[in-house]
Amino acid sequence: MYLDIERKIVLPGEEISLEGMKQGNGIYHDGGKYYSYQMGVIQTYNNYANVIPLSGKYYPVRNDRVIGKVVDVAPSFWIMDIRGPYPGFLHINDTPWKNLDQELNKILRVSDTVFLKVNEITESRQIWLSLKDAGLRKLEGGHIVMVQPTKVSRIIGKGGSMVNTIKELTGVKVQLGQNGVVWLDGPADKVMTVRKILKYIEKEAHTSGLTDRVKKILEESR
Amino acid sequence: MGGTQSDIKLMNEEGLRIDGRKFNELRPIRIEVGVLNRADGSAYIEWGGNKVLVAVYGPREAFPKHTQNPSRAIINARYNMAAFSVDERKRPGPDRRAVEISKVIGEALECAVFTEQFPRTSIDVYIEVLQADAGTRIAGLTAASVALVDAGIPMKDMVVGCAAGKIDGKVVLDLNKEEDNYGQADLPMAIIPRTQEIVLLQMDGNLTREELEEAVEMSKKAATYISDLQKEALMAKYKSQEPEKEGERDE
Repeated sequence: MYLDIERKIVLPGEEISLEGMKQGNGIYHDGGKYYSYQMGVIQTYNNYANVIPLSGKYYPVRNDRVIGKVVDVAPSFWIMDIRGPYPGFLHINDTPWKNLDQELNKILRVSDTVFLKVNEITESRQIWLSLKDAGLRKLEGGHIVMVQPTKVSRIIGKGGSMVNTIKELTGVKVQLGQNGVVWLDGPADKVMTVRKILKYIEKEAHTSGLTDRVKKILEESR
Repeated sequence: MGGTQSDIKLMNEEGLRIDGRKFNELRPIRIEVGVLNRADGSAYIEWGGNKVLVAVYGPREAFPKHTQNPSRAIINARYNMAAFSVDERKRPGPDRRAVEISKVIGEALECAVFTEQFPRTSIDVYIEVLQADAGTRIAGLTAASVALVDAGIPMKDMVVGCAAGKIDGKVVLDLNKEEDNYGQADLPMAIIPRTQEIVLLQMDGNLTREELEEAVEMSKKAATYISDLQKEALMAKYKSQEPEKEGERDE
């Protein structure tokens, strides 16, 4: 089931007729009518109508995998910058390391980059992070590219199609954070190609047929 | 402001104003979106002789910490006039007027933003007036709400403003500098277009009750038109990339 307005760009305050669909993200209701509360593209999913924002900051959600940077070390936890409105906390108990009476900055130091997940968001918006899951680790070496957090789902593509295409055609290791931080590792020229591609996807995120276009560009540049 | 007494004629016999406009005519308005790369959202507006640049940051952690509100975000608006924005050099820094304007603009925006979604944060709105020609607070506010949308901040609707006033005993729309200086009243106003709620209303000078109502109605009508300009400007940011989309179909 699709709405006629699927993929239409809407603005805050624009009325959306749901045609029997349920109210999803990015929509508020007032006086029995539904309106968008941000600039975005209408998309329907499982009978829910959503407005997918075209811009905006990263807002943490439980179990998101993000790339964070250590900004401070406390006695039993690290304070991380995850590019959200609030800082994230990583407690020593949520890491695979045992604190054998050593100082925490011997394990992770300020400005270290870590791939982690959002473990819990408390009511007072404290964000607790964790390193205890498959694939989560400290990122060593490599390059960091920042993209808009709202465009990350486009970089992943349907079922990972976009990111897999990039990985296969360039051989660059790619680690994507939901918060718009991308870690790349590989030969410098290939990394630069991926960087260019990521910026291209970011710019063209609201258009269709993007994976095929990216594939073509990558094949031509080889 | 405030209607300095003079014998300058602001309206001729045919009802035309000194810049040739009719009583209900706006100055030309141009809005551009996403002009700054470092800011989360930005906009630039040219409204007659006014040139205003707006940058939006946030939501981000509010500092100093005591300003944080545990139940909602605070909106930090800062209206600033450049030293070169007016004929005689303006002494830089916030003065009494700038502090007041910052306050009313912040409160007007607060009416539209869903601040409760981001407790303990601040949304910072920097409004820089590069060139002033009367009506800068409204130009700044109009651009600020466009910049907020560009920053992806959840809002009920886009706040939009317009000013009306009284010159030579007649209610007119959108005063320019001379009309502001030598007219009898100036009435800046901002609304939420969808609900027609008034979120900012100030008055300098004197109007009768009937004149006030006339001015408010006139401004509301103009604001609806300006609201369309805001929407066009936002859409243009994403339309400018369409030629490449066209090329895709040719493949």
